Amino acid sequence: MTRMDSPSKVTRRHVLVLTGAAAAAAGAGLLPGIALADKAAVDAAIKKAAGGATLQSGRITLELPQIAENGNTVPIGIEVDSPMTASDYVKSVHVFADGNPNAEVASVHFTPANGVAKASMRMRLMKTQNVVAVAQMSDGSVYRETVEVKVTIGGCGG
Amino acid sequence: MHVKILIGTAAATAVLAGFSSAALTGGEWGKYQVGDLRSGYTYAAPETRAIQDDDFENPAMLALDYGAELWSMKDGDANKSCADCHNDAEDSMKGVGARYPAFYEPWDKPINVELRINECRENNMKAKPWKYESREMLGMTSYVKYQSRDMPVNVDIGGPSTPFFQKGKAFYYERRGQLDLACKHCHEDNSGNMIRANLLSQGQSNGFPTYRLKWQGVGSLHRRFRGCNSQVRSTPFGYGSDEYVNLELYLAWRGRGLPVESPSVRN
Amino acid sequence: MASATPRIKVPESATKGEIIEIKTLISHKMETGLRKGKDGKIIPRQIINKFTCSFNDQVIFSSDWHPAVSANPLMSFHMRATESGRLDFAWHDDNGETYSKSADLTVA
Repeated sequence: MTRMDSPSKVTRRHVLVLTGAAAAAAGAGLLPGIALADKAAVDAAIKKAAGGATLQSGRITLELPQIAENGNTVPIGIEVDSPMTASDYVKSVHVFADGNPNAEVASVHFTPANGVAKASMRMRLMKTQNVVAVAQMSDGSVYRETVEVKVTIGGCGG
Repeated sequence: MHVKILIGTAAATAVLAGFSSAALTGGEWGKYQVGDLRSGYTYAAPETRAIQDDDFENPAMLALDYGAELWSMKDGDANKSCADCHNDAEDSMKGVGARYPAFYEPWDKPINVELRINECRENNMKAKPWKYESREMLGMTSYVKYQSRDMPVNVDIGGPSTPFFQKGKAFYYERRGQLDLACKHCHEDNSGNMIRANLLSQGQSNGFPTYRLKWQGVGSLHRRFRGCNSQVRSTPFGYGSDEYVNLELYLAWRGRGLPVESPSVRN
Repeated sequence: MASATPRIKVPESATKGEIIEIKTLISHKMETGLRKGKDGKIIPRQIINKFTCSFNDQVIFSSDWHPAVSANPLMSFHMRATESGRLDFAWHDDNGETYSKSADLTVA
């Protein structure tokens, strides 16, 4: 048999991974060599999105799983409390993930025609981290909301 | 040889030591549970189940749409489409997903939906067979099996199928790979327990092809078999191989009564 | 890769003033540019970087996407039904291609 030659032969690291140290080891080793966005860069990106305005809290509701069973497909629902009229509406919501290789996830741009400032999509999270949403209102005010999502490291070769 | 066995045993022990009990909700899973049989759906996270629950949000439906398109597309030297012979798939393919793999006399062995599709392409359409894991094959298999949605899995293991069923069953209980694990060690003895951070399911086959979050795409049951076999550090068998078709037959029988969920969504 | 195929879900009709949900899904790998292929080389980034929805030729919703948007992207949002008209959806790929789809909405 050629089993010993198979690319997935058992090494010491595999055995370690298979024991209790699994989560930590796999978390750190997911994509070796890829730099994660550092905190300063994330803060800078958020500040840029805010355009110099003070980040206020409130108005944003983020619908996210507490624990995501797979970081490839994490559903996110975004809702901002706003009348969505021509004179008072949400212009944009920018979504960041502070533990991803690039912090930017997506920006959604609303208009009063939407009726409600509500959108949903799916995103990738490389590990447990904060998801940050920054909402820009038509009057120039800016709001921020942060939610932590725990990302499960798969057990079966995940 | 001794070293190999030692490593295998140590690793297998490590894996088994990693199993821990997870609180099981003893609740009713509706159509996804038949007696003690539970579909993989019942082991998925609520967000994953929500994706399957909504046919629009289920990305596997993109593959199914493509399969539906191919159904009436002419191909091959015979310039025929599936629809030319089988008309409306909603009628002609109803039940197929529930009763396959089925014994196929010309080959003198059981055949699954994928192989049956290619047999039709080669012999009747005079067209090139599709690659097993191609977008075309996954789309068509999803489309064909979808026509049996919610029908109980009900394969025939009697008559000429019996020896193949027995082989599939033997495969299921046979230890393999450097981790020295059989299918049953995870999916029978430990379903409902955690393997590291994943919840082990009963390994039911009723939802395949499935959109697997890990794959970020649709894949076949044989792709899943190959993944499982690799994870116990054994050499996987080929797509559509006799070994896997026999195992597919055994698994279908083992999960008989569960509803066809193809194309499902799994972690 | 075969061209991306979009799916959209828009109610055929709505009453005036009603807020309707619009769902879209498109087949796309959303290749991040961070993964290595079997040959050890980085697989180049190829994603859909922008999505827009117009109603009667006016953009009512758009979104900028980065590699952290999942494969086969889903985008759902809402619209207040004010008059009958046509919705145009467009997905812009890094490779310069645009995938599009339309739907008619009748407002009574």
